[in-house]
Amino acid sequence: MGSSRGRSLVLFTLSTLLLVSIAGGFQSDELLQDDEEFGLEGGRPAADPALSTPTRPPIRRRPDPDLLSGSPDSKSVQFSLEHQFGGSGFFPAGTFTARLKSWSHGGQTLTKLRFSRNALTEEEKGAFERLLKEDGYYTIRVPSNVLTAPGRDFVVSSVRARCIPRESLDEHFIIHTDGVNIVAVNYGSAGACQYPRMLKYPAKWSFTSFTVLKNSEQAPRTPTFAEELLAGEDGLGEGVKPPEKSFWAKYWMYLIPLVFIVLNAMTQAMNMPEEQTAGQSTQAQRAPSTTVRRR
Amino acid sequence: MAIRACLGLMILLVFSSTISTALFEDQVGLADWHQKYIGKVKHAIFHTQKTGRKRVVVSTEENVVASLDLRTGDIFWRHVLGKIDRIDQVDITLGKYVVTLSSGGSILRAWNLPDGQMIWESILQVSAPSKSLLHVPANMNVGKDNLILVFGGSSIHALSSTDGQIVWRKELSTNSLEIQQVFQPHDSDIIYALGFIGSSEFVAYYVNYKTGEVLQQSKASFKSGFCGEASLASDDVVVALDASRTYLVSISFRNGVINFQQIYIRDLIPEFSGKATLLPSKYNGILAVDIASSIVLLRVKGVNELEIIEKINYPSAISDALPLSKEQQAFAILQHDESRIHFKVKFDTDLTNEVLKETIQMDGQRGNIEKVFINNYMRTDRTHGFRVLVVMEDHSLLLVQQGEIVWSREDGLASIVDSTTSELPVEKEGVSVAEVEHSLFEWLKGHFLKLKGTLMLASPDEVAAIQAIRLKSFEKNKMTRDHNGFRKLIIVLTRAGKVLALHTGDGRVVWSVLLPVLRKSETCGNPFALNVYQWQVPHHHAMHENPSVLVVGRCGHNFDAPGIFSIVDAYNGKVHNSLVLEHSVRHIMPLPLTDSTEQNLHIVIDDNLHAHLYPKTSDSVKIFLDEMPNIYWYSVEVGKNIIKGYSLEIKGELDMAENVFQPKELWSIVFPSESETIALTATRKMNEIVHTQAKIVADQDVMYKYISTNILFVATVAPKASGEIGSATPEEAWLYAYLIDTVSGRILHRVSHQGAQGPIHAVVSENWVVYHYFNLRAHRHEMSVIEIYDQSREDNKDVWKLVLGKHNLTAPISSYSKPEVTVKSQSYFFTHSVKSLAVTVTAKGITSKQLLIGTIGDQVLALDKRFLDPRRSVNPTQSEKEEGIIPLTDSLPIVPQSYVTHALQVEGLRGIVTTPAKLESTTLVFSYGVDLFFTRIAPSRTYDSLTEDFSYALLLLTIVALVAALLVTWALSEKKELREKWR
Repeated sequence: MGSSRGRSLVLFTLSTLLLVSIAGGFQSDELLQDDEEFGLEGGRPAADPALSTPTRPPIRRRPDPDLLSGSPDSKSVQFSLEHQFGGSGFFPAGTFTARLKSWSHGGQTLTKLRFSRNALTEEEKGAFERLLKEDGYYTIRVPSNVLTAPGRDFVVSSVRARCIPRESLDEHFIIHTDGVNIVAVNYGSAGACQYPRMLKYPAKWSFTSFTVLKNSEQAPRTPTFAEELLAGEDGLGEGVKPPEKSFWAKYWMYLIPLVFIVLNAMTQAMNMPEEQTAGQSTQAQRAPSTTVRRR
Repeated sequence: MAIRACLGLMILLVFSSTISTALFEDQVGLADWHQKYIGKVKHAIFHTQKTGRKRVVVSTEENVVASLDLRTGDIFWRHVLGKIDRIDQVDITLGKYVVTLSSGGSILRAWNLPDGQMIWESILQVSAPSKSLLHVPANMNVGKDNLILVFGGSSIHALSSTDGQIVWRKELSTNSLEIQQVFQPHDSDIIYALGFIGSSEFVAYYVNYKTGEVLQQSKASFKSGFCGEASLASDDVVVALDASRTYLVSISFRNGVINFQQIYIRDLIPEFSGKATLLPSKYNGILAVDIASSIVLLRVKGVNELEIIEKINYPSAISDALPLSKEQQAFAILQHDESRIHFKVKFDTDLTNEVLKETIQMDGQRGNIEKVFINNYMRTDRTHGFRVLVVMEDHSLLLVQQGEIVWSREDGLASIVDSTTSELPVEKEGVSVAEVEHSLFEWLKGHFLKLKGTLMLASPDEVAAIQAIRLKSFEKNKMTRDHNGFRKLIIVLTRAGKVLALHTGDGRVVWSVLLPVLRKSETCGNPFALNVYQWQVPHHHAMHENPSVLVVGRCGHNFDAPGIFSIVDAYNGKVHNSLVLEHSVRHIMPLPLTDSTEQNLHIVIDDNLHAHLYPKTSDSVKIFLDEMPNIYWYSVEVGKNIIKGYSLEIKGELDMAENVFQPKELWSIVFPSESETIALTATRKMNEIVHTQAKIVADQDVMYKYISTNILFVATVAPKASGEIGSATPEEAWLYAYLIDTVSGRILHRVSHQGAQGPIHAVVSENWVVYHYFNLRAHRHEMSVIEIYDQSREDNKDVWKLVLGKHNLTAPISSYSKPEVTVKSQSYFFTHSVKSLAVTVTAKGITSKQLLIGTIGDQVLALDKRFLDPRRSVNPTQSEKEEGIIPLTDSLPIVPQSYVTHALQVEGLRGIVTTPAKLESTTLVFSYGVDLFFTRIAPSRTYDSLTEDFSYALLLLTIVALVAALLVTWALSEKKELREKWR
């Protein structure tokens, strides 16, 4: 019991470690000058009103000279996040900044995603509160292509508004990309969302955002090891030979009937001479019968 | 002695339980049945000589060419040519070969008439697949090397009928030529080929039959254009329809001079309105025109003189002409009169009198007559007798002779669109099932025979009798529910709009109904059967209420066409209700909710993405509104490469009479169209039950399965590689596999396979997906498995938490929580390409699973899921081995014994449907294509019941013998004791 507990604990720590290390791996690529801003992957709650420009056009592509100077084959792109409270239209809510890296083989990938969230206006706060009350959907969208944004489709994601509030408004983005295309954005609370959802207002009306950029992983190649198998045939036979089962474990199903038969035969054998002698004795001698009578 | 007998029995039991999973020869047909079909007949050719007289050769819309017995309708031989190899025409040449022209006039094959073996095959160079004609000269002496002419596109091919060699080939014209009619005047070497170039030019060619030389060619254009139909009236007059289908154009082409003559159809037939169709016929001087309400027979007297002979009111059908002698032809007219059919045969020389007039009683569930093929025979009194082969609206095929239906074939079953199952009635007291029950004496006799068989005392005759008893066991054909749930009704919907109920015991048709709403009518010109769902499954009132099914169709092939609903009783096929909806049907979602009368609620999404709730009762609305916040749905827009998720909302007041709900878009996933196109989506079965949520892995560890009913598997391929295998290089081809939660739109897993391409088949079950595709790099098919495990419940492994109740096992799971999943996957090579993929389902989900793979050879292969375990490794540890992990191999094994279909083939396999039986170990498998096959399989063997062939009689006998022995030994010992005491 204890060991399983301990093992699960170890597993848990290991998995967390693994997660952290993955996150760390993602981090280690960081080449930006303002590295310290990226203590955590993703942006911080944009408390700074100077950052938020609500009148900003939804999407644009702006080569950032600062960032460009860093590496010649990558450029910075920006695309905006828009949100919707229930039925009304979409409004700008923040900006994603990413580095577009061009590869020698022609592909392009997005890396180093940052996010800055606009602060909620009073109006938006009211709308959000209304959503919380009616358990409505808070919907966000980003363009499906970061370069040729207008005219293309948007990638939409929604969450029940009541899933978001904790201390502040905790949100979690996973952006699935394929080159310069955004396939999907998964938006939701940073942790679990209880059901039934309770009405709860956040202590702080600002967003805490976590963002993750995901590319598709490549499937491992199908193992082709015909020759390995052939080579390892003998080794395999020796190495993986299961420890010999006990004789009883292997043959109990045959042994039980055998024992039965033997027992049966023995009792028979014991009876037989007795019977025979008894039969003979009745005719010839009385001696055995006297023994019986004595009983 | 008692012990010994007991031991013997034990040993017997031990041995009988170690029987392998494969089937023994005498077990074939015990639990399975196989039915062969051919599909809707397109052409029928009768053979007139000797043994061929007993046969008819048909080609069908399922691309089957078959030879049928004219006396019984049985199949002598048959060939299924495949989905893309459409048969254009069939004919008989040399009196012994059946010739088929297929694939748009590019493949010509000859089959041996007696046994159906292929004699030769020729591939013809045709510029573009087009309407093609086959011409087999009729009255040539057998023995001469006859030529077969194929007119296709703009060329003529002449092939030798003995070996299929191309003798000559002639290009006629480069632009859009369509040959309409080919004929050869008696005893001449000249072939007349008549056709249209484009839509307005008529052309006549005179071609030398032996050399292919074009002797003469004449063209003329007609300014109002042709619609593309023409009928040969005589040796020098052909009648066509103009582009508006309101004028008949008679064209004379004698000696290369072409003359057009227009005749307004209304002048001939005053009641004509709308559009006319020419019926393809080959009569001397007679023309059959189909005007909307009737068929009109016209005699062509001259170029500009047509005369009405007869008007045959609809519904009716007319056959081709059957030449009896050089100057006499016969043809058949069949006319409906409610449940009767009038069958008339006339000679073209004397149209006023009928040679034969018969009336046939017809089952109302077959619809109208669609096609008639006439055949003659010699009566005993040396006069001509006639019989007709009739194709009905429900695609069934009948042979009518002497006023009777001699045989009929239910060939609509070759084109099943969808299927579902229904339970049989509960066995009620007082309801007689006597016709299937047998007397006690026969029961005893049967068991006595069986006993004899087991003790190997039976003679060969008796063995055969035992086998016969086993095959038509009364038990399995009963019309009542059984304890094991083996007996069910399979309710199938065919393309013709017919619903049939098949008994799982022997596959017989219990009832059939041709749905009136799915028949062509004025309101619905082109009805189209879509799906069948369970509408009402009574549990509370199972004794007096019958279950019913919902049949969904559409008026036309477009998504915006109005939908069709029909509710059919599952026990007797009575149509309870049928209606043409006011909205279209795009998706149907059966909800896991029922109203107070146990009708299942269904949501119909129309073309405007509005949701309509059925049944339209206030009760169902009330139930639905309670659940509405938790109802989500998604739509896959294949052309646009978008998947969108929606919830439902009410805009304004809810109209209680209409029950229309608006969609609210919640999420969308946009696949970049330059690199991915959606190839396939697959979901879990709604009724699947998962028994264990956790998987015990080696070392007593536990992994929690991520079990969500909302998992959607999507496979996308590179647009370049969306064609056939070989159309793209490995560098251009890739495949993405996605696992998507359809409530939140989350991509749970996304993986790419480089160098892989479709066709893709996938099956989703429990927490795993298995998909099949082609690996271009390895030049082999591959199967991949993805298993998805939940990490958020991982800490439940802590026993203390469980004890203290701090676990989250009972907490409801929300799709909006951030999922913590791990994914395990592995790929294996697989030898076969696959036609269909399914998985076994059992009542409680305890039994291990098998994949059912419809192979390219039209068989169903059962493959244990353990072979597709992503945790397989080359050297599994001891504990893993104990868990049942098979050492890793690079390809999946194909064990010949594990073919579910054993030696049979389900020709043209299209689908495999699995249904759980009540017995946990057993799954019912129904696979359909051109053929039907049903069996039941036990993936982990029948651990919960004795096998069918278990000899109860032997058991009984043993017990009786034991008791007798007991009594005897008891008596003996008593006696002995008494003797002892007297001593």
